[in-house]
Amino acid sequence: MRKVAIVGVGLIKWGELWEKSLRQIAAEAIFECLEDAGTDRIDAMTIGNMSGGLFNGQEHLSSLIPDFMGLKNIPAMRIESACASGGMAVRTAYLEVASGLSDFAVAVGVEKMTDISGQEATYALATAADQDHEAFHGVTFPGLYAMMAKAHMDRYGTTREDLSSVVIKNHKNGSLNPNAQFPFEITGDQVLRSPMVADPLRLLDCSPISDGAAAVMLTTLEEAEKLKKQPVLISGIGHATDSLALSSRNDILKMEAVEQSASKALEMAGKSIEDIDFAEVHDCFSIAEIMILEALGVVPPGEGGKASSEGLTALNGKFPVNPSGGLKSKGHPVGATGVAQICEAVAQLKGEAGKRQLKNVKAGLTQNMGGSAGSSVVHILEVI
Amino acid sequence: MQVPRYWREIPKRYRLEASECINCHNVIFPEKLSCPQCSSKAFKTIRLSGKGKLVTHTIIRIAPEGFNDQVPYAMGIIKMEEGPQIMAQITDCDPDKLKTGDPMIYQFRRIRDDGNTGVIMYAYKFVPDVGI
Repeated sequence: MRKVAIVGVGLIKWGELWEKSLRQIAAEAIFECLEDAGTDRIDAMTIGNMSGGLFNGQEHLSSLIPDFMGLKNIPAMRIESACASGGMAVRTAYLEVASGLSDFAVAVGVEKMTDISGQEATYALATAADQDHEAFHGVTFPGLYAMMAKAHMDRYGTTREDLSSVVIKNHKNGSLNPNAQFPFEITGDQVLRSPMVADPLRLLDCSPISDGAAAVMLTTLEEAEKLKKQPVLISGIGHATDSLALSSRNDILKMEAVEQSASKALEMAGKSIEDIDFAEVHDCFSIAEIMILEALGVVPPGEGGKASSEGLTALNGKFPVNPSGGLKSKGHPVGATGVAQICEAVAQLKGEAGKRQLKNVKAGLTQNMGGSAGSSVVHILEVI
Repeated sequence: MQVPRYWREIPKRYRLEASECINCHNVIFPEKLSCPQCSSKAFKTIRLSGKGKLVTHTIIRIAPEGFNDQVPYAMGIIKMEEGPQIMAQITDCDPDKLKTGDPMIYQFRRIRDDGNTGVIMYAYKFVPDVGI
């Protein structure tokens, strides 16, 4: 397999983008990415999108997006793995280039979620859970993560303050990110005053509903050199699945798909978690970031909450997590999230992250998750 | 919710029918086509006793469509005596008093209606097992 590098990123500001369509935001992110890469060559296009069908009544994004860009004859494909669709699109683009089938593959992630009501969007998101055995009984995604949070508090003594520390930290980081949907700080008091959604999770423990898109251009190291671009190497990829229904896991506090996707990616990169300088992870709920820290092996099981409260994951901590603001502050247009995580890692590694720039970072990890951790994809990125 | 889709699930929802692996006796609910423990594909159908213990729970305060009239309602994961875990609503109790480890027992209950003319959907819910 050939080595694969990222030579361009494109990211638009996320939010409630009422004046823009699904095709518009996807195309804007790709054009920005092409400009950043300094080429308009696209040998293949992968499109991470969870549910154009339910959010927009629009499938067939593989034709829709190149067509709106004014392009024909593009081998484009839509990749779906719920909220991990974006990460999977990057993985698929990686395979295009690594295999030699394509020299330039662009991966775009896009979701346009605000064309329907909040309740309809909640329904669309819940299709990432087991429809027959979870959603049928009236559970929501906040409900599933709330059950994990309750179990984590019972078993490990994780506190309300631990959960809030994740939210406060991610908003603090997001306040430094001009592309974030909610670029402002919030306090622990504000979290406690926000309405209860599913005990113990409150509204401000949950990532928002967002419109957004992000794109990355992948190519070989030789082509990157010709473009005179500083490449960021994708040195490891791991991908794994677990049971769709949370109740089917022997231990609901063990995110095996995250553990396995991370260990595969690290093994491929020839690294251990101690060699990684920072991570962008899938904090769809405050408890998720705590459990992911444990699954990645950053801290032992049960210590994720305490580590967050003690500042391990802050911008100036020993292991910064979600310098972008994470899903919580940056926004969570589901199909776009996994691609945007990689855009942030590239910005950090190239020293282009502005006010939230981390110091001396050489290797970063991104972790993108589907549903209640029924799927997970991890990328390791390095400057060379 | 289409009628055939609802109808297909009736053995599990009405009777708690589970699969017992003939090779390693692992009990699976809902069914899978091979045993996650030993990979055997030979199963027999058994009925769960309906008794178990509460593993974790939450109280849903913002409901999905079709459940708005029921909030707040408790949902939990119950570990059944035979081994598998089931996610279900927990009813006939004060949700604030539920505790991890509480004994639970199956009840056959109405889940929701599909509009004014659609199917009335039934399935299992759980209640605290007070040993009556």
